[in-house]
Amino acid sequence: MSPRPGFVLEVDRSTPPTLFWHGEGWRLERLPVGSRVVYPPEPFPALAEPDAAIRHALEHPVGDSSPLSSLLRPGAKVTIAFDDVSLPLPPMRGPDVRQRVVEAVLDTAAAAGVDDVVLVAALALHRRMTDDELRHALGSRVFDAFAPHGLLLQHDAEDPDGVVHLGCTDQGEDVEINRRAAESDLLVYVNINLVAMDGGHKSVATGLASYKSIRHHHNVRTMQQSRSFMDRHHSELHSSNWRMGRLIAKAGVKIFQIETTLNLDTFPSQFSFLQKREWEWSLRDRATFHATSTALEHTPAAMKRQIFQSIRSPHALTSVHAGEVEAVHDLTLADVHRQQLVHVEGQADVLTMGLPYICPYNVNSIMNPILVACLGLGYFFNLYRGKPLVREGGVCIMSHPTPWAFNPVHHPSYIDFFEQVLAETVDPLEIEAKYEESFATDPWYVHLYRTSNAYHGVHPFYMWYWCAHALQHLGQVIVVGGDRAAVRRLGFKPASSLADALEMAEDVVGRDPSITHLHNPPLFLADVT
Amino acid sequence: MREVLVERSLPRFAAARAAAALAGAAGGVAVAPLRLAEREQRPLPGPDWHHVTPLLSGICGSDLSTVDGASSRYFEPIVSFPFVLGHEIVGMVDDGPLAGSRVVVEPVLGCLARGIVPPCPACAAGRKGACERIGFGHLAPGLQTGYCADTGGGWSDGLVAHASQLHRVPDELADDAAVMVEPTACAVHAALLGAVQPGERAVVLGSGTLGLTTLAALRHHAHPGALLVVAKHPVQREMAAALGADQVVRPDELERAVRRLTTSLALARGRSTSRLTGGADVVFDCVGSSSSLASSLAVVRPGGRVVLVGMPGTLHVDLAPLWQREIALLGAYAYGAEQTPDGVRSTFDLAFELVAAAGLERLVSARYPLERYQEAVRHAGNAGRRGAVKVVFEIGRATSPAWRGRGPAPASPAPANPAPASPVPANPAPTSPVPANPVAANPTPESLETNA
Repeated sequence: MSPRPGFVLEVDRSTPPTLFWHGEGWRLERLPVGSRVVYPPEPFPALAEPDAAIRHALEHPVGDSSPLSSLLRPGAKVTIAFDDVSLPLPPMRGPDVRQRVVEAVLDTAAAAGVDDVVLVAALALHRRMTDDELRHALGSRVFDAFAPHGLLLQHDAEDPDGVVHLGCTDQGEDVEINRRAAESDLLVYVNINLVAMDGGHKSVATGLASYKSIRHHHNVRTMQQSRSFMDRHHSELHSSNWRMGRLIAKAGVKIFQIETTLNLDTFPSQFSFLQKREWEWSLRDRATFHATSTALEHTPAAMKRQIFQSIRSPHALTSVHAGEVEAVHDLTLADVHRQQLVHVEGQADVLTMGLPYICPYNVNSIMNPILVACLGLGYFFNLYRGKPLVREGGVCIMSHPTPWAFNPVHHPSYIDFFEQVLAETVDPLEIEAKYEESFATDPWYVHLYRTSNAYHGVHPFYMWYWCAHALQHLGQVIVVGGDRAAVRRLGFKPASSLADALEMAEDVVGRDPSITHLHNPPLFLADVT
Repeated sequence: MREVLVERSLPRFAAARAAAALAGAAGGVAVAPLRLAEREQRPLPGPDWHHVTPLLSGICGSDLSTVDGASSRYFEPIVSFPFVLGHEIVGMVDDGPLAGSRVVVEPVLGCLARGIVPPCPACAAGRKGACERIGFGHLAPGLQTGYCADTGGGWSDGLVAHASQLHRVPDELADDAAVMVEPTACAVHAALLGAVQPGERAVVLGSGTLGLTTLAALRHHAHPGALLVVAKHPVQREMAAALGADQVVRPDELERAVRRLTTSLALARGRSTSRLTGGADVVFDCVGSSSSLASSLAVVRPGGRVVLVGMPGTLHVDLAPLWQREIALLGAYAYGAEQTPDGVRSTFDLAFELVAAAGLERLVSARYPLERYQEAVRHAGNAGRRGAVKVVFEIGRATSPAWRGRGPAPASPAPANPAPASPVPANPAPTSPVPANPVAANPTPESLETNA
């Protein structure tokens, strides 16, 4: 039976309560009659022979590219860059798709007699991965062959000798990327396209770039002009990356892009109820829901976090394309859209969403309040094509515990951003003008980014800029069940229940508002007309 | 005549100390050797002495330490029992050539007050706080009015004060402002002692009366590159911001905020910051506890200065950083004479100017009648938590409405560095209209307790 597409349900009296993620847990909420719930499509089936599909893609590239084997020759200098720990979400069960692809590329390189191969984690300004995370992404065979010899590197955007300036775009954007990658005879980029934002020229132009380069597209203006950044053709973020990508190619950097898509099978079978439509829950689903809910209520926060962070997703490969960047990405994007698009007619006055325990920047870490804001207003709000799910001046209601908690190793500058910057203003433009540079160049953050496992000092700013479009568009943001002080610090309104939040929303959008609920998991892209 | 008398009773001080340890600041008030007593008017100790009737008398952190039995035994030889607490005093002179004058009492009992001729070198130089004769002369020992058996203190219907201790209050200055002059003088002295150079980064640790007045003094008398203030309670944070702090942080944010401010590195072990390698140029510790001094040492740069403004007792602090980082630790006690760009000025004159310029009467949050001294002390002990800063006793006859002033409290911060006032020997008139304390505008006869 083919997977069912996503659809929009109109809530009536017989509709069972709707599942809302709530951090390391969930809630069943009864939405008012007439509300709409947007359900994601069911997962596409996995490719039956993923390794064969990968090898086929490498030898049958698209666009203006020769097969990988013909691009490799003895004595060639090859760099294989790969997406970091922020993808996929949750981390997938082994073998990770990066492992499959990298092994195939290495086999091809070995067969061609290539000796000079270096692997580079494309961190951009993300934290360095731990050895365990690298081993999980690449597999033990690759890790053990490269890491002990210093051939498994992590991109360092702050290494003055490790980046090279390739020029400026016609818009004056500096293009500065990893020197090893730029000076290789061939740069192979191994991508995971979990959402429509990923991949394309963004892979190299962001993943292997320096702050000097990234700041041209990771800023408030760009984000406010991206409608949305999940829609490449209406995303200033992507336009900038595309200009940079073309300059990189023009500068002579030869890129062989490999992009993969995964299905929406996000959680293992013991959590199958998360991805089912509530009225289709079996007796077992109901029992599991109640048992886990009760258990989680009595579990300390740190332990809950540990339990959820240990979840490995059953994501499976659904497509792989290789070759020239833009040609590859066009095919990939079409595959992502085929899997994830859900048609929605019209905008609502109020958008509701449950936020899970994880986002790209808290893998094996804490979902701090800034990340909560970014996940809701940055990612989920922008999961649209056409126009937002909520009208301009509308209200977004997010459900998340939003603890005032931070991982001091991963997010040191986030703590200062929250304590110092957000205490003064939540206006992205003011924040950018007044504080970005001092955080970005703070020697302590630079030190921690380069030597520890810390996100770059500027990273919390980017999280806030990610929210800029939503903050500009919305009339109010309400967080249900969040730490009240933390929610207020974000500039949002706290509410103890969904009913309270809906009442508060009426003060902004009027009585009996139209409501749309974005049901997840898994992720999907709303095509709003 | 009524007075809140402190008697010498070691067991009751011990009990107060234990009670405070259990119940927190001012927890010892019910068991301390403290009582409201009746007595005849005190005799004048000598010529040039006057009877003074307090109008308002503040409750200071050092008073609370006494009540809680937490004062250092260091003070034993320089106090004399029984004494009447209260050294932040605005009152009326009852007799002599100054009769009918409204005055602020400068409580330090130096050589002049003690009849010691010639005065010690410090007193001769106007540095009364450093008097070397505080246990001598014709008065019983006592470093200040409020700790001397012969003078009485502000928590009473009457005390005696030497002419050299009296500063006439300009008519335009409200009582609420005048009662802030003494603590402000301490703050001015501390701020000048800290010698903050233009562009230096200064931290004020604590936002009680001393912290806020020190902040105001730094804004008035120095040009710090950045002024970071640690405040625990919402009212303190609001006041600190209003008085011109560049950044106000909570105590647990201090290290990170200073690290950010100074772009210092840190020696981290599984934490974002732990032991800064740099730090602020000057830290004003306006708390005086073991933890505040430890925090001060943790956030001051190598070669920096820590000015101890809050009264300490016996503290348990690791001084390794003081040694290894060559930090200067300065005590800042009381006042006297200050070197300013305009020459040597009396600290009290500078304090009068600052109180008026910065509108420090806004710090007076609650008034109590003397008979409710226990409540007043409890309120003062929990001032920040209860939304207050300075708690005072309202004692003497009502002063004229002109002195009290009217109108809303000022919302704007103190001017950063107003033009230096001309060296007027008498206390100058305030440079701006005296804003009123809303409390004064509508006192309630039954309960005078109000939060500003």
